[in-house]
Amino acid sequence: MLLETRDLTASYGQFRALFGVDISVDAGECVAIIGANGAGKSTLMRAITGVIRNEPGMVLHRGEPIGALSSARIMQRGIAMVPEGRRLFPSLTVEENLLIGGQARKAPGPWSLETVFDLFPILRERRKSPGTALSGGQQQMVAIGRALMSNPELLLCDEISLGLAPVVIRDIYAALPKVRAGGTAIVVVEQDIGQALAVADRVYCMMEGRVTLVARPGEVTRQQIHAAYFGEAA
Amino acid sequence: MIWLDTLAQGILLGGLYALFAAGLSLVFGIMRLVNLAHGDLIVFAAYVVLMGVTLLGLSPWIAALAAMPLMFAFGWLLQTAVLNRVLGRDVLPPLLVTFGLSVVLQNGLLEAFSADSRRIPTGLLEGASIDLGLVTVGVMPLLTFASAIVAIVALNGLFYHTALGRAFRATSDDAVTAGLMGIEPKRIFAAATGIAMVVVTIAALYLGMRSNFDPSIGPARLIYAFEAVIIGGLGSLWGTLAGGIVIGVAQTVGAAVNPEWQILSGHLAFLVLMLLKPRGLFPRAVD
Repeated sequence: MLLETRDLTASYGQFRALFGVDISVDAGECVAIIGANGAGKSTLMRAITGVIRNEPGMVLHRGEPIGALSSARIMQRGIAMVPEGRRLFPSLTVEENLLIGGQARKAPGPWSLETVFDLFPILRERRKSPGTALSGGQQQMVAIGRALMSNPELLLCDEISLGLAPVVIRDIYAALPKVRAGGTAIVVVEQDIGQALAVADRVYCMMEGRVTLVARPGEVTRQQIHAAYFGEAA
Repeated sequence: MIWLDTLAQGILLGGLYALFAAGLSLVFGIMRLVNLAHGDLIVFAAYVVLMGVTLLGLSPWIAALAAMPLMFAFGWLLQTAVLNRVLGRDVLPPLLVTFGLSVVLQNGLLEAFSADSRRIPTGLLEGASIDLGLVTVGVMPLLTFASAIVAIVALNGLFYHTALGRAFRATSDDAVTAGLMGIEPKRIFAAATGIAMVVVTIAALYLGMRSNFDPSIGPARLIYAFEAVIIGGLGSLWGTLAGGIVIGVAQTVGAAVNPEWQILSGHLAFLVLMLLKPRGLFPRAVD
């Protein structure tokens, strides 16, 4: 098991955001986590990456608890994050934004500045521009490329389609199979059910801080997903 | 001719103020920490260099070189043991802690070295001057100015052309996301304060060679440094040099009119510039 959460809880002050979440990701697998706004998907990503702290035994990477580690140490273990809202560094150029992703950890693997530019050719032309001068879709490409630069074992993608035009979303999702081909497992967090089902081996649906459904895309009906997503009998 | 001389003196004096300010600017730029003990740290470093000269018999240049790694380590420890604990969303705790550090440093130095004013001996260099045709300038002020330029070029090189500098800028932009890139913001801050203390050592060398110092003069150096940083616009080291030059020229011109007006006219120049350019001469586009 590459990554596992066991009865994971998380809170923001008094507000409890996760209530005992169990998910698992195998090496090389693509897992989707779907759910409406406020379902706890992004909180789950923040808890896994150490942005919000949790009890030591609740998040396991290769069987070892990582809940007490800093974000930086977790990333250095090979868990890279494409954060919600892209979060490029405004003071850095496109190229520098990419380079910084592979600065603290550079495992052997397919990803380098050149192969990221091959994946998203538009970035090669814009390499000297400030990261935040790009369009939303191009910024998302930089954020994905930045996370790939360390050649991670696991890529966490938090809402990579949010706020983008359908044609741009298609381009970005087209990159994910190439990422998997490089041996990286992927977790995509999505509100867009169609996108998630198209790429994932398994789907978790979340609602109000709990997992309400675990399924393989081919083995689940629209009604079941609808019920797990919105919490009502369809 | 006398005015040209005054102007040249003022510009060169600006180099000293830029050296005072560069470390302050660096630390503020990376971690939004206003270090109220910055002036006292310069005085502290001046005593470290002085000890190297008087106790070990080193030349001031060698003593300063030897002091640099010590001051780097001191800065690293200060950041790790003290300042990292108080950095957070609230700006008040770091202000209070560095204010306290200022008091501790002043009293510690007073206890160790007494209130007597001291000077780093420089031999013949002190009175040496060069005739540049139109003006005659002192060798020491010229060296100070040249050192300020070298320090700023080196710091900019570090900032914009090294992996560490990239991490500095990224952490300054967004420490949480920098963490997600495998960068420990607290270690980046420790490195930044260490580097700031190396610049402080250079400033201390010239402070101690050019004039007398005693444990109480730190806060006034902090004010000059602050004014230089603010005039220049936060985040630009060349702006900080320009700010230092503005204060230096204002002070020498004021002193030429009436010797009692030297300090006052520097502060007045600061006030006037703040009225005309509230964000400084070279403000950063994003802030």
